[in-house]
Amino acid sequence: MIYDALIGPFTEFEFMRRALAAVIALSLAGAPIGVFLMLRRMSLVGDAMAHAILPGAAVGFLLSGLNLFAMTAGGLIAGFAVAILAGVVARSTGLKEDASLATFYLASLALGVTIVSIKGTNIDLLHVLFGNILAMDDQTLLVVAFNATVTLLVLAVIYRPLVIESVDPLFLRTVSRAGGAAHLAFLALVVVNLVNGFQALGTLLAVGLMILPAGIARFWSRDLTVMICIAVVAAAISGYAGLVLSFQTRVPSGPAIILVATVFYIVSVLFGRVGGIVRQLFPGRHLEA
Amino acid sequence: MAQVAFRNVTLGYDRHPAVHHLSGEIASGALVAVIGPNGAGKSTLLRGIVGILRPLDGSIHLGGLDARDIAYLPQSADIDRSFPISVFDFVSTGLWRGTGLFGGIGKAAREKILRAIASVGLNGFENRPIGTLSGGQMQRVLFARVLLQDARLIVLDEPFNAIDSKTIADLLALVKHWHHEGRTVLAALHDMEMVRSHFSETLVLARGPVAWGPTAEVLTPENLMVAMRMCEAFDDSATACAADDARSRAA
Repeated sequence: MIYDALIGPFTEFEFMRRALAAVIALSLAGAPIGVFLMLRRMSLVGDAMAHAILPGAAVGFLLSGLNLFAMTAGGLIAGFAVAILAGVVARSTGLKEDASLATFYLASLALGVTIVSIKGTNIDLLHVLFGNILAMDDQTLLVVAFNATVTLLVLAVIYRPLVIESVDPLFLRTVSRAGGAAHLAFLALVVVNLVNGFQALGTLLAVGLMILPAGIARFWSRDLTVMICIAVVAAAISGYAGLVLSFQTRVPSGPAIILVATVFYIVSVLFGRVGGIVRQLFPGRHLEA
Repeated sequence: MAQVAFRNVTLGYDRHPAVHHLSGEIASGALVAVIGPNGAGKSTLLRGIVGILRPLDGSIHLGGLDARDIAYLPQSADIDRSFPISVFDFVSTGLWRGTGLFGGIGKAAREKILRAIASVGLNGFENRPIGTLSGGQMQRVLFARVLLQDARLIVLDEPFNAIDSKTIADLLALVKHWHHEGRTVLAALHDMEMVRSHFSETLVLARGPVAWGPTAEVLTPENLMVAMRMCEAFDDSATACAADDARSRAA
């Protein structure tokens, strides 16, 4: 019975195995990016970037129909353009990055809507908005896995300057010019992972599998490495449980995954070791030192 | 030989000068205090020296030093102490000159880091997140990182603010040790007694230079009065600098 409910769908159906592989790839790459987004106080920047990708994906959809490569390319171009322009404007003018990004993503969104309206096509962008991880074919899965691999490799390269830039940006600027490049590379990784996520979760929920696991991890550890590990595990478990929930109850897969992650988040807010509400209400006896 | 040379340098933000037309030299191995009221341009000057801020006009020469030969201790407010990083990891960033992007931290480097942490009196704090430290402990951590940087020019921005006298004494001893090693040390300070007692040279700054030279000659009530009267000027309707116009006409 338990086997049929929890394991059976994956042994029986290939599309469920593909979906599981996809959520694991998304978790491995997206969750560490989410941790850095949160620690750099850029959580809402990720959300804004997700909106910036939408018109690019829509243009790809317009030009090539339901071609995931075209939509991915469109999303990447729009996302990179917005991320890099916003980053460059923020760094060269002193305008805060969120304000700069808000301007560019709104412009990007307006441009996308204008292009769609000029074409006059009443296209169905529902799957772009909410994704469909259960309809993932081998090629799409390969793209997701490739993007995840690239993300982990680039993150390994920029990890050190990214950490120093997050905690003490002035220091990094005095010893190296790597900070600016690391920041731009990080924004590029955010875009890559949002594009990766929209295949599975849609543009509106793609950021969820990045930010929610990061939020969960914050309540369980004060160590960056441990936080990243917790976030990856939380994302993967949310993905797995969301898929099972979706399979058993016919709830759409993307929202199911995000809802499971939300439940984990609420549990963490309540019972987390670091700043959880219950821990604060009942802290136990004070220590000697 | 000059370690730092200012050539009519003007530093500021959005064309508004915070340090106006400063010229002079800091000798190699000097121990210099920069004093002045809030808004006098002390931090701006230090940021210009370490290359964070580009001059609006004029230039700063560093006697052939590159960025890796300079250690900068910023004000604590510039550091995000909520970031989950341990004292050990934070101090280890001082080894950037040797490790760069990819270099590992081997046994010798680990021992160096532990020695630096111990020498500022923070034995046993290695695994503590920096967010759990007191202000004085955080300042000791910053000094440990400067120690590791092993730099020829050390720039300290208000290093003794809001810390207790024992910590000040310990850290001041480190500053004097660096001076005796022949390093050039420049510190923005507010405590006049400390400057009188421990710093041989002083620059009194009030958006522009008020006085610069041996501390005993420079730190006079008259000079301090002039500096205190300095008005913080940030005028959106200000016209272009007349001194610059005169100079370009003369040229």
